[in-house]
Amino acid sequence: MSGLATFAAALASGEVEIVDLTHPLTADFPVIVLPPEFGQCQPFRREEVSRYDARGPAWYWNTLTMSEHAGTHFDAPAHWISGSDAPCGTVDAVPLGRVVAPAVVIDVTAESADEDYLVSEARIREWEAEHGTIPAGAWVLLHTGWSRLVGTDRYLNLREDGAHSPGPDAAAVRFLVTERDIVGLGTETVGTDAGQGGHLDPPYPAHTILHGHWRYGLQCLANLDRLPPTGALLVAAPLKVEGGSGSPLRVFAFVSTGGPGKV
Amino acid sequence: MIVRKDPQAVTRPPQVPPTGRSRAGLRLTAAAARGVFALQRCRRCGTWMVPAHDACPACLSVDLAVLPAPDGGEAIAQTTVRVTTELYFRERTPWRVGLVRLNCGPTAVVYLAANVVVPSRIAVSAKLDVGGNAVLVAAGEGAMADDPLMAELTASPKGRRVLVTDARTAVGQAIVTELRAAGAAHVFAGVAEPWKPFAGREGLAGAGIDTVDLDVTDTRSVQRAAAAIGGKVDILVNTADMVRPGGVIGGPGLATARQAFEVNVFGLQRLGEAFGPAMSARGGDTPSAAAFVDILPIGALAPDGAFGSHAASAAARHSLLKTLRAELRGGGIRTLAVFTGPVDDDWRRSVPPPKVSSGALARAVVAALERGVEESFVGEVAQDVAARWRDDPKVLERELSG
Repeated sequence: MSGLATFAAALASGEVEIVDLTHPLTADFPVIVLPPEFGQCQPFRREEVSRYDARGPAWYWNTLTMSEHAGTHFDAPAHWISGSDAPCGTVDAVPLGRVVAPAVVIDVTAESADEDYLVSEARIREWEAEHGTIPAGAWVLLHTGWSRLVGTDRYLNLREDGAHSPGPDAAAVRFLVTERDIVGLGTETVGTDAGQGGHLDPPYPAHTILHGHWRYGLQCLANLDRLPPTGALLVAAPLKVEGGSGSPLRVFAFVSTGGPGKV
Repeated sequence: MIVRKDPQAVTRPPQVPPTGRSRAGLRLTAAAARGVFALQRCRRCGTWMVPAHDACPACLSVDLAVLPAPDGGEAIAQTTVRVTTELYFRERTPWRVGLVRLNCGPTAVVYLAANVVVPSRIAVSAKLDVGGNAVLVAAGEGAMADDPLMAELTASPKGRRVLVTDARTAVGQAIVTELRAAGAAHVFAGVAEPWKPFAGREGLAGAGIDTVDLDVTDTRSVQRAAAAIGGKVDILVNTADMVRPGGVIGGPGLATARQAFEVNVFGLQRLGEAFGPAMSARGGDTPSAAAFVDILPIGALAPDGAFGSHAASAAARHSLLKTLRAELRGGGIRTLAVFTGPVDDDWRRSVPPPKVSSGALARAVVAALERGVEESFVGEVAQDVAARWRDDPKVLERELSG
């Protein structure tokens, strides 16, 4: 059998399962909050056009409005000023061969009890000592457990001094990009940066460094607890929006279950 | 104390008094809608007249004006209507009617409140009936809200349940407080995006106040709120307003302007669509659904360029509100536009005084309900702009654009 046929057979037999890493797109899913003088992130809205009624007797459909950065979403390099001159920097130009890639999952749920926890290069090296070197071209997913807070005030965790949520520090992002050549970073939080990431050097190091090196971001991921530390194959194809800076998307991963029928 | 309806009793359908009026009569209605007692006066001979005429009964001149009139007079006769074929009055007899000889000349047919003694010196006022037309009323001091006649001619929050759509702001919270102080039986305080902290949240935990999830930019959120409390809302006060400075060129930009329209214009449409039908159906209930209030910036009439984009949304919501008023009228619901001058908030720090405090705006909302007017202008700026707008909108446009 060809490799693809083997893969299809494994999927059909249950030897490989699909883990959905996407939150439902709902109107009350929090979006990032910027200082009010700036333009704001438009939350998801679904407006009914017709539902088997006078507006359209036999059909149901909606009009959707949202920011490119609402719900579980993809950040393209052009999203940040550091990536403004990236080739293929917008979602329509993202090569699919890059975003369908192996994923490694770094479990920092314990450390994330500290809501301002910053993942350091040392913590990543510690993970590598246990699970092996992060392969080039991989997605790195930070499993903070934050997705469990969706639906509560603690998800954005806004206070008078801003949001409080975990994320990477600058050295960690630089290490992942320059020494491990990752394709991108995925988080459960509303952004790839920590809630207080604006106070780091450089400000918003994940956005600045990732996109400055033409890498991608994934945010608001779900179900990272269902992925193995290594071995998952992630599919993160954004909408092909002309000139888009990002896109809500259905992110999922193929995962080995260890045998036929074991799900 | 909330009066609970017998669930087996058929709700009294909303009725309105006969609505037909001449164009001349509608001028009296327009004045009453703003809370002004005005009568027709002949510009040639100075004769005051009532009801509205097409020509002066004294000199036959057709040069008639509607002007604020002296309201004093003497109640000289009374009768009580006990039987009538008019459905609205048939449900509400006995109905007291009298004659008042006005100091300015004419003798008017007026509704008499229960506390009016005949004969006696009395002041006459113009009120809107639930069909939205001017009627003349004589009422003594006190006992106003408890008089069934005055209850028909006003929309007092006393004993009623009120929804304040956006209680995240100082304005919203001041209105919640003022409504309770004015005797509202219960206030539902709408809160959008509850995961975002806001100042004054703890003040919404008081007795007789419930917060409800309500985001006027989200159709389903409005529908869910209407499904939960739509049948209990006697008065709706729309306090939602998104303001950003700027006009067309160099303004807030289309994405932000569109978000503002979602709040200011389509928010009102969603509220009307979701809450209007249930309120209309309860216009004859006890206590009745009574009023739909929108608080909107005076920029609705003429834009101040520094907030031109905001004014555009205000003009659109004003237009929408007028259509909603016509749609709700058959249900006996009053639709109130409370126009405000610049609110003294964070977004208007660059605007020089006089500005409108949240407390003043809250008092104005309650006063408008208690008087039953359709239009109220809060603060010197709103009153001045409204007066200039009535004089000549084009002149005002140039005045405001410098």
